[in-house]
This record gives sequence, structure tokens and C-alpha cells, in this order.
Amino acid sequence: MDAQAMIAKRIARELRDGMLVNLGIGIPTQVANYVPDGVHVFFQSENGLIGTGPIPEEGMTQRFLTDAGGRPVTALPGACAFDSAMSFGLIRGGHLDMTVLGALQVDQHGLLANWMIPGKMVPGMGGAMDLVVGAKRVIIAMQHTAKGKSKIVTKCSLPLTSTRPVDLVVTDLAVIAFPQGRATLLETAPGVSVQDVINATEAPLTVPADVPEMTL
Amino acid sequence: MQCISVETAVAMIPDGASLMIGGFMGVGTPERVIDEIVRQRKRDLTVIANDNATPGVGIGKLVSAGLVRKTIASHIGLNPETQQKMIQGSLEVELVPQGTLVERIRAGGFGLGGVLTPTGVGTVVEEGKRKIEVGGREYLLEIALRADFALIQAFLADYQGNLSYTLTARNFNPVMAMAADRVIVESAHIVPIGVISPDHIATPSPLVDYLVGAA
Repeated sequence: MDAQAMIAKRIARELRDGMLVNLGIGIPTQVANYVPDGVHVFFQSENGLIGTGPIPEEGMTQRFLTDAGGRPVTALPGACAFDSAMSFGLIRGGHLDMTVLGALQVDQHGLLANWMIPGKMVPGMGGAMDLVVGAKRVIIAMQHTAKGKSKIVTKCSLPLTSTRPVDLVVTDLAVIAFPQGRATLLETAPGVSVQDVINATEAPLTVPADVPEMTL
Repeated sequence: MQCISVETAVAMIPDGASLMIGGFMGVGTPERVIDEIVRQRKRDLTVIANDNATPGVGIGKLVSAGLVRKTIASHIGLNPETQQKMIQGSLEVELVPQGTLVERIRAGGFGLGGVLTPTGVGTVVEEGKRKIEVGGREYLLEIALRADFALIQAFLADYQGNLSYTLTARNFNPVMAMAADRVIVESAHIVPIGVISPDHIATPSPLVDYLVGAA
């Protein structure tokens, strides 16, 4: 299994029946491929749909039915369409149970930077700031390092997305949470040692006595 | 409400106008109206929209043609031309969180001076804005947005100007139809009055000034 699929599969284990869930672009999108058997969740697309389904087959695309990246999707039976004010009312208003987002950096307290690299990449925050402020649970899906540098840092050098810390970070090496505001190693990826994770992490990491391997 | 040609509708837009343009990555954007703005070369436009789409699609065509002076948007990451022009200084970009953008537009259309949102507190978004505490939580005062014209895409319009939308092409359209001095609607289908059930009309006809058909 490649690293991205592993991350998505681990995050899918956080899904609970009946949840309203928003998936960001990239690895987060893949979480929809691994919804556990017997669990039914509602996926929201921020451009105005609850009940987004899989990518349509060739020739079955509908030009008025796309995901937040503008790519064709399908709508499942029971799907519901609405405008952007409703969409972000759902997000900001505490109606969204979980969001899964990508990240550029997460700091030792769980603060997230995921929307710009000054002078290099200024795509805009899109819906990210609202999602982090409003979702009941914020889960980050990302590679542990980028170009050999840890993405879990002592302090974010990039502009923050929100002052609200994220709840869980799942990487190709580890699962990390932030109880009492401290980055804490919960699980290691298959074949990865605790020391491997510490070596690859810039932020100080609290390591409990027992750190199990990720169950996928 | 008047049914007019797309040429006549766009001729009313002066250089330097502010435009709210519906759509999300081009989906729900009135493409014929956009093409006609490019043909008539309306300049120095301020474009308020969720995004700048991609080159060759929707608002991306206005950017490529060099007609946009300023854009207020939540995301420009899929339009490299907007980013290049921003870096060169030929296009001013104001980035606004998406939920804040739609609420500022809604406030503009609903007679409110602005909204209080927790989004952006403690980030660069709060720079220059008033912070107001309500019930122990901090909010940013985000002020209302209006425009000279709203360019709307509907799925169904009746001859009176009642509108309904479809699927993810709805997005900013019904909100923007409230927030501009003049509202130009391009509808995929124009139908007799009564075809759209009163319960399914999302934009009431008195909001619509001009109606043009899709190609």
C-alpha cells in the first residue's frame, strides 16, 4: 500500500455512522475510498452539496455537478444541493462533524499552516480557515516530511490558518494528537519505530510508554 | 425585467465597473456574458467571485484578456495567470476566506453593515479589522460587499425572471443576485411562467433586471 493510501485508510477509521464530513483536496479526498463496512457518512462538498458520490464513469459527467476542485463527481440518492452561504453556515455553525485537510506545517501545539508560502505560493485560503474554525474535529492528512524537513515543527514559520489547534495528524510515519496542547505520539506506521518518528520530527514529542502500531 | 440580447446587456457595463460573478471553478458562471465582456473589451473591472477559475474558463478569460484590475476572491490557486499578474503588480488581489466572502456579499444584499465571524481571528486576515467580543468569544467585523452588476447563471428562468438553480452550479449565484445594483442573468433554459413551482424558486423575479439566454 502506498503512503497516501495508508494515511487515508487510517483516517477512515475515525469515521462514525451518521457523520457529516468534509474532505479537502489531495490525500483527504482518498478517505472516501476506505469508509468502513457498516458505516454510513455524509460527505459535504464545500461548493454546495451533501451526498457527493464517486467520480462518474467516462461519458457520464454532468457539467453542473463537480467537487470543490471543479472535477466531475456524482450525487448519491438522498443528496442535497445548496448555496455557498448555507454551505459555510454548515461549516462555521458547528454542524460539520469532521474535516480532513492537508497541511504545510503543524506545530507542537497543533496549530496549522496550510494556505500560503509568502513570496512563493499564494493560492488563497478558500474554505480552509472556516473549516478549521468550525468543524467539530479537524484531522490532518500529510507526509511527515517535505524535502527531508519535518512538517511537524516547534513553531509554524508560515502564516497560520487558525488559532484553533487540530485534533489529529496522520502521516506516513505516525498518528499524533495534542492532549493538553502537546504533540503526543499515539501510533507508529507499520515498520516504523518510535525512534524513527522522533528523528523525523522537529517538534518536541511526548511519547507514552506504549505506542502501538497503526491498525489499518 | 427585460429579456435582452447578450450584446445589449454587456454594453451597459462601463469600464471600471465592479462585478459579482457567480460560479465555483467556472461551474455556475454565465459563460456567454463573460465571452461578450471579452469581445467588447470592458476594462479595469473589479471582479468579486469565489475564485478565478482556470485560464480559458469563466473568469479566467477576463484575467487572460487583461480586463481585471482587482479581484476579491477566496482562492486563485488554480489560475497561474492571476498569480503571475498579482506578483507583477498588474492585478490587485484581495483574498477573503470563502465563508466570510459569501457572508459579506449576503450582508450587502440583506441590508446589513457587515457580519461578525470567528474565521480569521489570530491570522493575517484580522489585520486592519475591528475585533468584537460577544459572549466571551472574539469575532472579526467583516464589512458588507456590494457591486455595480451581478452576473448570474441560472438553470431555469421564467419570462418574469424567477430563477432556480441546479446542483453545484448554485453556489454564490442566489446570494450575489441580492447584492448588486443591476442583475444580469444568463439561464440555461427559459421557460413559461408557472413552470417553476413557487416552492422551487430560489431567486424571486423582482431581483432580476435583465435576462439573456444561454447559447
